[in-house]
Amino acid sequence: MTAVVHTGLLTARALRQGARIPVFMVMNLVQPMIWLLLFGQLFRSVVEIPGFSTGGTYLEFITPGVVMMTAMFGAAWAGSSFVQDMDRGVMDRFLTSPTSRGALVASTMSYQAVVAVGQALVVLAVAWLRGARFGSTPGETTLGVLALLLAVVLLTALFSALSNATALLTGQQEALIGISQLITLPLMFLSSAVMDTRLSPAWVADVARYNPFDWAVVAGREALAASPDWGVVWGRLGLLALAAVVMGWVATQAFRTRQRSA
Amino acid sequence: MPPATRAPGTAIDAVALRKTYPGGRGRPPVRALDGLSFAVPTGTVFALLGPNGAGKSTTTKILATLSRADSGTAHVAGTDVARHPERVRRAIGYVAQKPVTDPMDTGRENLVLAGRLQGLGARDARARAAELLDRFSLTDAADRLVTTYSGGMARKLDVAMGLVHRPQVLFLDEPTTGLDPEARAEMWAEIERMTAVESMTILLTTHYLEEADRLAANVAIVDEGRVVVAGTPDALKDELRGDGIVVELAPGVPDDGASLAGRVADAVRASGVRDVRVEGRTLRARADAGAVALPAVLAGLDAAGLPVASATLARPSLDDVYLRHTGRSLTAAQAGSRSAAGDHAGAAAEEVAA
Repeated sequence: MTAVVHTGLLTARALRQGARIPVFMVMNLVQPMIWLLLFGQLFRSVVEIPGFSTGGTYLEFITPGVVMMTAMFGAAWAGSSFVQDMDRGVMDRFLTSPTSRGALVASTMSYQAVVAVGQALVVLAVAWLRGARFGSTPGETTLGVLALLLAVVLLTALFSALSNATALLTGQQEALIGISQLITLPLMFLSSAVMDTRLSPAWVADVARYNPFDWAVVAGREALAASPDWGVVWGRLGLLALAAVVMGWVATQAFRTRQRSA
Repeated sequence: MPPATRAPGTAIDAVALRKTYPGGRGRPPVRALDGLSFAVPTGTVFALLGPNGAGKSTTTKILATLSRADSGTAHVAGTDVARHPERVRRAIGYVAQKPVTDPMDTGRENLVLAGRLQGLGARDARARAAELLDRFSLTDAADRLVTTYSGGMARKLDVAMGLVHRPQVLFLDEPTTGLDPEARAEMWAEIERMTAVESMTILLTTHYLEEADRLAANVAIVDEGRVVVAGTPDALKDELRGDGIVVELAPGVPDDGASLAGRVADAVRASGVRDVRVEGRTLRARADAGAVALPAVLAGLDAAGLPVASATLARPSLDDVYLRHTGRSLTAAQAGSRSAAGDHAGAAAEEVAA
């Protein structure tokens, strides 16, 4: 119960501070639109390659990919707030008080999730304005969007936890740059986010099967399809949830390691 | 281990704390604490006094559950810090050397959040925040972001943060370092007022002698990871019988280190002063009757061809106590800790610990 209250209080702090830097908020919304419109234009004709799976347009194909890219790239920086708190004495103050360690991790996850869900809705709206259509009935569309947003939340939780653990163990912003260059960017290309993996080399398709980012892309795309295979959607969401729980536990343990080395 | 040996009125009890940090990249390990022990009676202000790298911050971190000692035991508010850190955390307030407030929140938001995380309800947290803002004369700035505060205001807010939940024990790690003299004097007045209003135990670390002298009932002088001497400031000073003599040689005297020190020591030998120490062109010594010994000291220096720039007589200060027990003046130790290689590692350890 304490942990839930603390998560709420700390999430409110993060949202309050995010809102105090409007430039940040605007950038958060502009960036996914750049991905969507740039990739959407650049690779528009790949859908004409024989064997490309989708029946729809490339914009419809890439929209869930861009939603997940935005969520993952944002979450990879979640540890920044820990680094800032550690640079000041704020983290030490939390750690010498009864503040729940789990809540410290969970609050950065929920803050990132709120931002990522907002970004996802903007991307979906822009794609819709540009002519993309998802689901076959209004009911199915709603259900599909909700499942896509669940995938966004789980993916965000997973990468926020990874970023937090790295921040706690290294205390360095540079390490977070490493995560985004060496982990998230390759994961993005080793997935079906912008390209149907059936047209990629076989090894890419093999890697993608074990890539949590691809789980989120597949779940989101399938949920928005004209006739979704819900087994695929729930299977991928389950895997993502499991990975997020494990990584969340690792991040919470990182507090102990930090105490031992401090 | 049963805590049977602890006196009932002891709020903090540290016994033989040792802590070594790995050196890393081929450097030798750094011993931050080397069997440090002290006890703080409940409801008093206790100062750990020493230069950077002496082990003050490491001690505070162990007592506040941020770090663990390699060996030794510590109790805070009657609880073993290693066994039940979560119980200790409910009893303490901790104000780190670095700012503990969030610069992108207002003063009030910082205090309310701290209160809520300590378990106060929303209404109580708001009331307590208002009370503390008023006490520290921050009410006018309460709803401004902390990033707009002056250094002195921000530090006062830091101390207020540690008080939100009325802790039994408050840790203040160098509360006035980096403040200008005016802000420092104001902070001292706040801490004095605070100890009168809230009955709590305060552990203060500082490298300012006047700070320890003015605020603390008891002082422990820390050097190289251990307590070299402890007691009330007056008792420590009384232990040094007589007066302190400080003579500055003229700037024209060539400072060639050991050879100059030898010449000075020889020159004043006949004057009957004790505890002669020479650092650069500064001579420090003690004498039972300073007014009688000083002319003899000056005559001796004159006879040895060492011109004098100034000479002072002073009642013993904590600086003299520090000098007596460590062989260095605190000012010199503080300056040395920034340049000397050995102490540099100590400073690095403090940084690692931070």
